[in-house]
Amino acid sequence: MADTTADRRSIAALVTARRGRGKLHWTDVFTYAYLVFGVLLMFGPVVWLVLSSFKSPAGLVEFPPTLLPLGQVSVTVEGYDDPLPLFLTTLEDGTQKELAQVRRIGIVSQMVDPENPGETIRVPIDQREPIREFRLATENYVDPLQRFNFTRYLWNSVVVTTLATLVTLLINSMAAYGLSIYEFKGRNAIMLFVIGTLMIPITVILVPVYLVVTQLGMVNSLWAVILPGAATPTGVFLLRQYMLTIPRDLIEAARMDKASEWQIYWRVVMPLAMPAVAVLAIFSIMWRWNEFLWPLIVLNRSEVYTLQVGLNAFQGELDVQWHYILAMTVVTLIPVVLVFAFLQRFITTGIASSGMK
Amino acid sequence: MTQIVLNEVRKSYGDVEVIHGIDLTVDSGEFVVFVGPSGCGKSTLLRIIAGLEDITSGAVQIDGDVVNHVTASDRGLAMVFQSYALYPHMSVYKNMAFGLENSKMPKSEIDARVREAAGMLQITDYLDRKPKALSGGQRQRVAIGRAIVRDPKAFLFDEPLSNLDAELRVTMRKELAALHSKIGGTMIYVTHDQTEAMTLADKIVVLQGGRVEQAGRPLDLYNTPQNVFVAGFIGSPRMNLIEAVAEAEGDGLALVAGGTRVRLPAMAGISAGDRVTYGIRPEHVILTDSAEGADMSVTIALSEQLGGETYLYCNAEGLPQLTVHQLGQLPIEEGQALHLRFDRPRMHLFGADGQVIANGVAA
Repeated sequence: MADTTADRRSIAALVTARRGRGKLHWTDVFTYAYLVFGVLLMFGPVVWLVLSSFKSPAGLVEFPPTLLPLGQVSVTVEGYDDPLPLFLTTLEDGTQKELAQVRRIGIVSQMVDPENPGETIRVPIDQREPIREFRLATENYVDPLQRFNFTRYLWNSVVVTTLATLVTLLINSMAAYGLSIYEFKGRNAIMLFVIGTLMIPITVILVPVYLVVTQLGMVNSLWAVILPGAATPTGVFLLRQYMLTIPRDLIEAARMDKASEWQIYWRVVMPLAMPAVAVLAIFSIMWRWNEFLWPLIVLNRSEVYTLQVGLNAFQGELDVQWHYILAMTVVTLIPVVLVFAFLQRFITTGIASSGMK
Repeated sequence: MTQIVLNEVRKSYGDVEVIHGIDLTVDSGEFVVFVGPSGCGKSTLLRIIAGLEDITSGAVQIDGDVVNHVTASDRGLAMVFQSYALYPHMSVYKNMAFGLENSKMPKSEIDARVREAAGMLQITDYLDRKPKALSGGQRQRVAIGRAIVRDPKAFLFDEPLSNLDAELRVTMRKELAALHSKIGGTMIYVTHDQTEAMTLADKIVVLQGGRVEQAGRPLDLYNTPQNVFVAGFIGSPRMNLIEAVAEAEGDGLALVAGGTRVRLPAMAGISAGDRVTYGIRPEHVILTDSAEGADMSVTIALSEQLGGETYLYCNAEGLPQLTVHQLGQLPIEEGQALHLRFDRPRMHLFGADGQVIANGVAA
């Protein structure tokens, strides 16, 4: 009942919902204040990131910081080759005028009136304010994507995420099928063993896995990122628990229907386990997309960098190119945001059923 | 046409033996019903025949071949599950076609078979629906249809009607009987409902505690039960069973239970001092006018007037409650005293071991 009415509620009605039909109750005020606070807390950093990603390097280090990306207005003045930055200048007689700066010498800058380019005016630098306008520094995006091979990184990340997710789903669901549909001695022991591997952090197995990957000659290929993490204990556990709830009658009916084990797995169990598979797919996509440490270790040539490793390249020892980092961070966020937007229904059920996030 | 033979079949789960050496023959085209209380092993036995359970010892033969190690899919049998076990993600058509697709049958023949079975079961209109959108009776038909299209050697039914409401159960029961006479296959049917067993079966196998208590034609079981269990299990309402001690009386016997004495002529198998159980079906109890010639006097605890028939539940001192069935409407009220006489040729006598001594006694 509640669901059907909720479905029909429009967004406008939803955001203006209140406790009673009358005027605002104090709990309404409190609730909205709390919710607005929550929205700011959660979306504030993201909005800040997106706005900052459009700022020029100078705009980023400015203090006090501005909310919107602003750029200084510049004009072309007759007699000067380059465009000159415009300033709102307070002259000695107290009048204010828009002047273009030719050069700055110590605490004095040489200004010129764009309408009267012949005459230069000397102004102390504290007597002038830059004139700024809203301007998006799209070069933050264009440069890395065109010059720094970031499209390649993006493609690598997409390949790794897609392939790794497919391999993960296949391997995990097959393991889960074996551990849920078949009854054999030691089934639970094996399951415990699989779960037990959760207690081993990746940092511990980093070196041995690296050695294996080297021996297999996979260093600097995307397979080095895809394969080692393909079998996840959480995935096996999640799918197995779900498959245990599939009625045994269905499996037996399929056996009576002359289905082979592969057909039972592929045509009966997998379609029925779809909700759990979807959850695992979402998790896998997020894990793989955000993975950093392992790719950083096994991918050393920039042609095989994934996005996260590529982002790291902007972070030099002496110079951090924040404008590129911020812009590319936004780019890396987009797919995950899309996954969330379209699959959030599965994510909530997934978290509810698995306790993971 | 298929004959199924079980030879000394035993099944244990760990140390617990649940099937204690069952011998059974299901003849070709026969409709056999396994009946018994829950936990008697009837479903296990069916699953053993289906190949879904392994046996510990003994042999299962289908058409003379021992199939102990043949998998369920290769035995060529079809099963209808209690839960129907329809694949929820497939349409009715797909559900019925699944088994055929697995045996690599050409599409056109699959289509022909599915449509023929659907027509027979009147589910043609629902072929595109998912099982979720069907009622219980329709799902039941689909489950049966899924079995029929495979043209199996034998049909196995595991309590197929127990999830339906009473009215639908009666309808489906009739349809199953009609289906059997139409397609004529060998059918094994498991139920705990003795009415279903009586109405459907060519042969009833009564099971209890993993043993066959009696197997035979329904009316044979009804008329000549071989032991107390079958006597009590077959027939509704159940037979009145009274434990008594035989005493010598004159040149005959008297069965003494509580304050009642039932006089019988001398007969083989019973001597004075034996503990026996005598049974009389509710419809074989005769109401008499006076205590003269009556076997016992009782008071009516409850009378159920159904219009066409009447059930009387009677109390007698030291005895379990007796059920009496009479045709028509009787002017009898609760608390009234009655005299009962047992129809001798319809009485059943069982020994202390529960096995039959006589079905029917001389008058």
